[in-house]
Amino acid sequence: MTDALNELGAHIEARRPDCVLSYEVAHDELNVTAAPSSITGLVDFLRADATCRFSSLVDITAVDYPEREARFDVVYHFLSMYQNQRLRVKLPVREDEMVPSIIRIHASADWFEREVFDMFGILFSGHPDLRRLLTDYGFRGHPLRKDFPTTGYTEVRYDETQKRVIYEPVKLTQEYRQFDFMSPWEGADYILPGDERGDGAA
Amino acid sequence: MMDGKFGDARTGEQSIRNFNINFGPQHPAAHGVLRMVLELDGEIVERADPHIGLLHRGTEKLMESRTYLQNLPYFDRLDYVAPMNQEHAWCLAIEKLTKTEVPRRAQLIRVLFCEIGRVLNHLLNVTTQAMDVGALTPPLWGFEEREKLMVFYERACGARLHAAYFRPGGVHQDLPPELIEDIDRWADEFPRVLDDLDGLLTENRIFKQRNADIGVVNEQDILDWGFSGVMVRGSGLAWDLRRAQPYECYDEFEFQIPVGKNGDCYDRYLVRMEEMRQSTHIIKQACEKLRREPGEVLNRGKIAPPTRGDMKTSMEALIHHFKLYTEGFHVPAGEVYAAVEAPKGEFGVYLVADGTNKPYRAKLRAPGFLHLQAMDYIATGHQLADVAAIIGTMDIVFGEVDR
Repeated sequence: MTDALNELGAHIEARRPDCVLSYEVAHDELNVTAAPSSITGLVDFLRADATCRFSSLVDITAVDYPEREARFDVVYHFLSMYQNQRLRVKLPVREDEMVPSIIRIHASADWFEREVFDMFGILFSGHPDLRRLLTDYGFRGHPLRKDFPTTGYTEVRYDETQKRVIYEPVKLTQEYRQFDFMSPWEGADYILPGDERGDGAA
Repeated sequence: MMDGKFGDARTGEQSIRNFNINFGPQHPAAHGVLRMVLELDGEIVERADPHIGLLHRGTEKLMESRTYLQNLPYFDRLDYVAPMNQEHAWCLAIEKLTKTEVPRRAQLIRVLFCEIGRVLNHLLNVTTQAMDVGALTPPLWGFEEREKLMVFYERACGARLHAAYFRPGGVHQDLPPELIEDIDRWADEFPRVLDDLDGLLTENRIFKQRNADIGVVNEQDILDWGFSGVMVRGSGLAWDLRRAQPYECYDEFEFQIPVGKNGDCYDRYLVRMEEMRQSTHIIKQACEKLRREPGEVLNRGKIAPPTRGDMKTSMEALIHHFKLYTEGFHVPAGEVYAAVEAPKGEFGVYLVADGTNKPYRAKLRAPGFLHLQAMDYIATGHQLADVAAIIGTMDIVFGEVDR
């Protein structure tokens, strides 16, 4: 299995050296890292090439790494029903960068790209209708970014006097708790109340 | 007039404009909270624009701040028609990253309940589709069987719907022997119920008129729109992940993959009916194997709790239990995609782990999402009444589409 995937990865890299930055096989899955500008050419090749034939787009999503310079990874999953293979393509994308849309090659990219735009704020150039998909009409912000709070910024309730649903800033009666379970022996840096005084004296 | 414009020469009949209607979000045939803006030319659909997200609960965001085990019940709430199939994908993803071996008996139980889930789903889909096109009896008969199956769910894990039964490393509890016997007996009787449904629907003139040649999907459409599951098999492609990329112990079960010929709603109905028969066949095989092979149902390693007996005698086991249910287990860094053949199609989980006790990112890939996306493509040119049949045949549940 791993040999076949390595072979496939080498084949893709050899045929499209301008697109593929690197490839690796991990957990019996082939990961190809590519440059954002070359994605349309690469996807077109993956679909048409006889040894690949990645004809179905399974998924497009993104992962947010706020500390990296190229903040997002846009992740494409492809499936070849003919070769019975799967492939993952990752594009490191900066926050101000646009990703070319692959909607011309895979019609199913439509909603996936809208969802990624909605959730991460990544823009896809060439998408004909890049509206928000899952969030509320008039929603602001991009919820799956790591700096977006899980509670959100607004909450809705029905107002008895105005006789309609109104939007208000979130008010929490109890602080939203996030437990940190990292072991203190494995690098978590705890500052207990009072510790800062000790540092100042020394 | 002289420059050749005849605008005012049109009669009222000629200047009819297209009509926009909102289908849903409260329409009973929308199978949930779907708002669809339909542009109609008379009774013909010109454009369909589904607005989804009315049931969006932010599952993926919530999962990032919960431990792996706490995230498991969210999967029941995705496709709530066949809950355990979703849990399965999550468990497979975790097991792939932690390289956990699932005990044999747990695998058999998983297969058994996945197939029960498939019957649950297809029963709901086939019968409510019949209801969407005008029949009332099939859902009444079908829901009775669903009720029996949900009692099996309840006897296995204590909940009729939100099971949380599949756990990373196996299943939560072993099945009592009487339950296996009862499931086996049910599997003997169930084909007769299917025959009854068959007699009601398959040759029913109205049902055929409403479904045959509606929503035809060919091979190119499948590739373009990323269909999976019955939407693929209804068009003659024998693509089934249970066969093509076997997971768990599906490769040792004997079952056939039914395929359709014309790729219309009627063929997909026939495929679902046959899949229920095949699932019943698998259920019988699984019961037989379960009877013969007792054993452990949970890989009692780092990611699963110790037995109650151990906890009462061993301090280490007690500590392990406490740490597991407070801190949770840590999953080594890496990323995997695990997919199962859920009743609706390929349900996948893309899991990015960073070595802590919470997933860094989990993306849920729902089959219904892609099917609904093709609504505009498939429904265009059909009559308004066919839209209900097409939504029915796509097997859409908003729990998984909106997440």
